[in-house]
Amino acid sequence: MRPAERLRAEAVTLAYGRRVVAENLTAVVPDGGFTVIVGPNACGKSTLLRALARLLPPRAGQVVLDGRSIASQPTKAVARQIGLLPQSSIAPPGIAVEDLVARGRYPHQSLLRRSLERDRTAVARAMAATGVSDLAEQVVDELSGGQRQRVWIAMALAQDTEIILLDEPTTFLDIAHQVEVLELLARLNRQGKTVVAVLHDLNQAARYASHLIVMADGQQVACGPPAAILTEDLISRVFGLPCLVMPDPVTGAPLVIPRSAERLGPIA
Amino acid sequence: MNRLRRRRAALQLALGLAGLGLAVIALGLGDYPLTPAQVLAALTGQETGFAHTVVVDWRAPRVAVALVFGAALAVSGALFQSLTRNPLGSPDVIGLSTGSYTGALVAVAWLGSGRLATGGGALIGGLVTAGLVYALARRDGAQGFRLIVVGIGVTAMLHAFNLFLLMRLREEVAMTAAIWGAGSIGLIGWDQAGPAIVALALIAPLVVACAPGLRQLELGDDAAGGHGLKVEPTRLAILALGAGLTAIVTASAGPIAFISLAAPQIAQRLTRSAATPLLASALLGGLGLLAADLVAQFALPVAAPTGAVTVVLGGAYLVDLMIREARRLR
Ligand SMILES: Nc1ncnc2c1ncn2[C@@H]1O[C@H](COP(=O)(O)OP(=O)(O)O)[C@@H](O)[C@H]1O
Ligand SMILES: [Mg+2]
Repeated sequence: MRPAERLRAEAVTLAYGRRVVAENLTAVVPDGGFTVIVGPNACGKSTLLRALARLLPPRAGQVVLDGRSIASQPTKAVARQIGLLPQSSIAPPGIAVEDLVARGRYPHQSLLRRSLERDRTAVARAMAATGVSDLAEQVVDELSGGQRQRVWIAMALAQDTEIILLDEPTTFLDIAHQVEVLELLARLNRQGKTVVAVLHDLNQAARYASHLIVMADGQQVACGPPAAILTEDLISRVFGLPCLVMPDPVTGAPLVIPRSAERLGPIA
Repeated sequence: MNRLRRRRAALQLALGLAGLGLAVIALGLGDYPLTPAQVLAALTGQETGFAHTVVVDWRAPRVAVALVFGAALAVSGALFQSLTRNPLGSPDVIGLSTGSYTGALVAVAWLGSGRLATGGGALIGGLVTAGLVYALARRDGAQGFRLIVVGIGVTAMLHAFNLFLLMRLREEVAMTAAIWGAGSIGLIGWDQAGPAIVALALIAPLVVACAPGLRQLELGDDAAGGHGLKVEPTRLAILALGAGLTAIVTASAGPIAFISLAAPQIAQRLTRSAATPLLASALLGGLGLLAADLVAQFALPVAAPTGAVTVVLGGAYLVDLMIREARRLR
């Protein structure tokens, strides 16, 4: 038997107050994989990601990191293993790029112990990997959307974690910048990082994911390699969208082509 | 070091020097004027006669109190504004000073009008109000805007209650309370300034320790939590520190408006920095309160309470802020 994955959610119930988003949800994050989570709006993708990052304690069940419940591990210790790029972050007005990226170093710092040298190296490496080194002294508010997104990713990279979770890293970007971000994530994945991203575009998901998680209404409806699970039937059930699935002529990954703009409504 | 940080460092140095310079001038002003050279001689102990008494025993408490209380109010404002992400989210706007006044009035009405009663009542009143606003605004974590709206509502209610109490007090007691309520640092000697300054000095390292957490919270709760910050305990600790700073100052000197509202915003504009810079705010707050106190003592036909001057200056600042906002929105 091969060893269990480092990070997984085991039968978790996730809720905000009285609003229960997911019940008895189990999902695994394959080590070294590029996991993509897709699903209709409000089905609980961000909620799952927040639970995996220890931001939302499960009402029942547990999130397990390295064989132990994540809730029993110190927040900073978890933050040295798992990085998160939330769906919306706030750039403090007037902050310089390198200063924002440096804030990702927080889990490695404490009042008494702080390695300036290691911080500097990690920040420089993160900015180089995302191609924002030249922007180091620029003010974040004044950057273009694509540049700003790369800066946020750099902040998550400066955290220097083996696992990185990204919530809709391509939303609000034009197609060229979307591909740029996805290629960056794919490169990080090839260099050994475990990547988990929430994406909206099924074709991009199919193309970049090694492991696809399809969610609907708080449940994992399907998971596995995109080519194995992305079928016309699944897409019409989950998104209520009749479509044609054929091999992408460029990559061979499944290509989803909607048949009609008219939606049949969500699954019952 | 990048250009923004260089600018901030230079500005902090300039503000610090300006504060020291103004302090030396202030120590020489009064019925027994002294030159800066004489002041320095008295401070360093080269001069031990009457000038020493005037500078060290009579004038120094007031100058020290202006610098330290101004800094404390400004840092309190910076903490609150940074947490609420709103220039209006300062402790005086969300009711802490009004709550301190309520505490002082209650103490005076039922416990007697000693300084200890007013001070203790004000301290408790301010902290209780802070707790009340936090509890009312809390739901899945206190969010900035809700904190301000709840705070403004609580302020209005406490204000009405304060008037009601003032009406019911005996006339001479009401006078004492109203003088305290105008906010003045002139009546404080070393015996009262000492404990307050010590208390503020004890809070200062805690603020420094919380600063990295504050910087994380500026990124949004999820980003901060993702970096391993314990979001809600940190927010509560910062609120408690900010409330403590304002409550200690108000308990000793009465409500002094607008320093905590204006100093962090002006500091931010001057440094062009990310959110509210704590050190620059503190330096600017000390400088601002000292300047306001000098105006209150010497620039007016009759000496006025310091609080009255900060209200006028602060009112001008608020008008300016609103005109800017209106222009920006147009
Ligand atoms: N803080 C919150 N309080 C209450 N309900 C929430 C909160 N955040 C999200 N929800 C609800 O939880 C459901 C799932 O949200 P989310 O995980 O953000 O969906 P997705 O990311 O898949 O679009 C939605 O119905 C949303 O309204
Ligand atoms: Mg989402």
